[in-house]
Amino acid sequence: MHVNNEKYAAVEEKNTEISRSLFFLNRKANFWRLTPFLVAALILIPVVVLFSSFLMPTDDVWRHLVETTLSSLLINTFWLSVGVVAGTSLFGVSLAWLTAIYEFPGSRFFSWALLLPLAIPAYVTAFVVLGLFDYTGPVQTALRAWLGSELTWFPDLYGRGGVTVVMILAFYPYVYLMARNAFLTQGKRLLEVAQSLGLNHKQGFFKVALPMARPWIAGGIMLTLMETLADFGTVVVFNYDTFTTAIYKAWFGMFSLPAASQLASLLIILVFALIIIEQQFRARMRFAEMKRSSRADRIVLTGWKARAATCFPASVLFFAFVLPVLQLGSWAAHSLIQSLDQRYLEFLLHSVLLSAIATLITCFVAILLVYAVRLYSDTFTRIAVRIATIGYALPGAVLAVGIFIPLAWLDNQLNEWMLMLFQIETGLLIQGTIGVMLIAYMIRFLAVGHYPIDSSMQRITRSIDEAALGFGLTGWAMLRSIHLPMLKTGIFTAATLVFVDVMKEMPITLMTRPFGWDTLAVRIFSLTSEGEWQQAALPAVTLVLAGLIPIILLMRQTDK
Amino acid sequence: MDTLLKLDQIQHAYGKQTIISHLSFDLKKGEIGCLLGPSGCGKTTVLRCIAGFEPLVGGGILLNGVVVSRGNFSLPPEQRHIGMVFQDYALFPHLTVAANIGFGLHHSRMAERTQRVADMLQIVGLAEVANKYPHELSGGQQQRVALARALAPHPDLLLLDEPFSNLDISLRERLSLEIRDILKNLHITAILVTHDQDEAFSVADVIGVMHQGKIMQWDTAYNLYHRPANRFVANFIGQGVFLPGRVLSPGKIETELGILTEDIYHQCELNDAIYHPGNEVEVLIRPDDIVYDKESALQAIVTHKAFRGAEILYTLKLASGKIILSLISSRYNHTIGEKIGIRLEADHLVGFKKENYTDIQK
Repeated sequence: MHVNNEKYAAVEEKNTEISRSLFFLNRKANFWRLTPFLVAALILIPVVVLFSSFLMPTDDVWRHLVETTLSSLLINTFWLSVGVVAGTSLFGVSLAWLTAIYEFPGSRFFSWALLLPLAIPAYVTAFVVLGLFDYTGPVQTALRAWLGSELTWFPDLYGRGGVTVVMILAFYPYVYLMARNAFLTQGKRLLEVAQSLGLNHKQGFFKVALPMARPWIAGGIMLTLMETLADFGTVVVFNYDTFTTAIYKAWFGMFSLPAASQLASLLIILVFALIIIEQQFRARMRFAEMKRSSRADRIVLTGWKARAATCFPASVLFFAFVLPVLQLGSWAAHSLIQSLDQRYLEFLLHSVLLSAIATLITCFVAILLVYAVRLYSDTFTRIAVRIATIGYALPGAVLAVGIFIPLAWLDNQLNEWMLMLFQIETGLLIQGTIGVMLIAYMIRFLAVGHYPIDSSMQRITRSIDEAALGFGLTGWAMLRSIHLPMLKTGIFTAATLVFVDVMKEMPITLMTRPFGWDTLAVRIFSLTSEGEWQQAALPAVTLVLAGLIPIILLMRQTDK
Repeated sequence: MDTLLKLDQIQHAYGKQTIISHLSFDLKKGEIGCLLGPSGCGKTTVLRCIAGFEPLVGGGILLNGVVVSRGNFSLPPEQRHIGMVFQDYALFPHLTVAANIGFGLHHSRMAERTQRVADMLQIVGLAEVANKYPHELSGGQQQRVALARALAPHPDLLLLDEPFSNLDISLRERLSLEIRDILKNLHITAILVTHDQDEAFSVADVIGVMHQGKIMQWDTAYNLYHRPANRFVANFIGQGVFLPGRVLSPGKIETELGILTEDIYHQCELNDAIYHPGNEVEVLIRPDDIVYDKESALQAIVTHKAFRGAEILYTLKLASGKIILSLISSRYNHTIGEKIGIRLEADHLVGFKKENYTDIQK
């Protein structure tokens, strides 16, 4: 015991020594120390603001909402979640099992291609499906012409079914990715163990592989659920009322920010419940990790089994990716001359500009957080970083309201003070700039940027720092010659992911943009809400192309 | 004793690449066999063929006289009643130790199952950790759980794939003896795969030295060391050097160290080079064949020494410049450069036809 304590003290001493020499900015060290707490506070502000809205007196709009739509919102959200969870887990798990364990014609191709639907924002898939299959769309038109009668049997797309199917097609890759990872790391080997203990393949899947992969699958399902709850663009296209659309309508339709924030606080409660469950599963994933099995030992399927195995992922991929992309491409080609004008370039410029600035800010903050934990790995700092990176779970619509309210208040206060002190009217100093948007983006996507940078920081072990110190490298020299090269890939991955996520983001941009700052996503929203599918194709294609970049990065990582 | 397992000229290939070619051996009931060889020699593949995870291209595998594998046919692994301990143990991380051990007993009734798990926990000495999870155990404990799990359903045959490779060297020796005791007490027939000869010697009754998908010799540890059937086995097992010599008459060879003789009745079929007078041969000299003798006229110079505790392993240079090894009690501490007297004291004569360049080219 005594020895251990001494050892511990020695390590502590060494650590502080390293941090001292690493950052000769010793006097400014408080700055590093404070960063996680500042960011955590920034993320807690919208949450606190929204919850405190419960205490405020309710207005007529809220009472009206409670009486008329609240129960249907809850029911809609419940059934949508149930449907999406059931569908994504069914597709995600079965596809993951198929591509991780079996070898069949195209199995290599499908193992990465099944991730491609992630490149298409759900709201794009939504309007493509509508454009294709609604009453005036090519499918129904052709069927009517062929059969010569009205299609009374054709399912109504505007309803629970349509939006659920679209979300399943868009979100199944989350479950697929997580489950596949689990099956690849344990898969074949554990099946063999099960076989040597007298279980056949089917029993092995249900008794070993599935229970073992449960934390991963649950993690994927949680991600899917969060996306479902946060979704705004898809439900808007299908006219399916959920919390996010209700928040939007309360704010921009009925001009009641209090009602919007009260709706948002309800949604936050749901999301927090999910976060707590998700953290539980994450803890369980940690100890269940195993060696990855090699590609070589897969079970080869032959005959009709192989053909069936090829058909299943092929049809999923067709509906989730190939068909939407083809349709988008054809629409974009038809409307190219019309859409490719000055305004399109303006939207594109706004999208790129906003994404670039947001990426810069987010990655910078992420790096600060990572270093803060490296230098001060006490419990409080760790908790602060945990909170700081929890913004990914806050739906964009919620975040928009939660950020807007305090900043608008600050704006008003500022205006009053300036008026009082200098007789100057500042007007919408904060609300009128892109600052609100950027802060909201940073909060929402900090986790996306933090994760890759953090994991590349994990690779720079203490002994690497010590080795560098041994060669007399300290301070900036160590940062430049050791840390920066080793963090480079992580930072690059983080930047790419954040950039594309911001570009695809819809509700935050829609609700907090200052006048004249329309982006591609906003453009898609306004065109699709008028049913102008063809016009929306070009901005959508642009987003899909951008969305492909992180998917390619992801596929490279998973294929290693 | 009856033959439990018979491998008859088995062949295995990945695509066009042959991994196992015409490999045969028998294992009797209650025997512990071992496949020993360098990595990549195909030993694990043989084990996987026996377990039923790999198909055969030719030949056959018989368990209790019944064909379980041949070309075009393979009884599914789950129907073979063969237990297996995997190299990484592959314990189910989501199940407790007791649940892991009871996993293969899914056909038995609850009471039987509980009893059997309790018995197995007793046998491997893990009763006190029954309700822990695998990640809470040490490497040695994990390995014993893996063993208990494989043994619980009363398999006809137990396969162990490099079972000690994930353990500390100090732990290996103890555990390998422990496991041998457990297997012998339960009369388990088992096959072990390893690249470590000490492990093979301490656990197995009979050992097959493998090289490039073939068994070079299937024999006891004693015979592998003292009567290697070919150069590969002679090189792979233990230490030693080859010294040139000439056959004077059957079983009588003249070398720089003197004349070696061997009783003709001990002859080994593969090792007949030493029975043809006039043959130029190379004789295997083990370090323990050379003893220190102050009086001896035969002298050698010490060029290296490695202290081994009770003994010192000396590298000696003979007058001709040939190098030999000698294990001498560490009571005598010779210095490098010293000239010492030695004497040949070999019980066995192992010689192979001299390998010259034309031989290699052929």
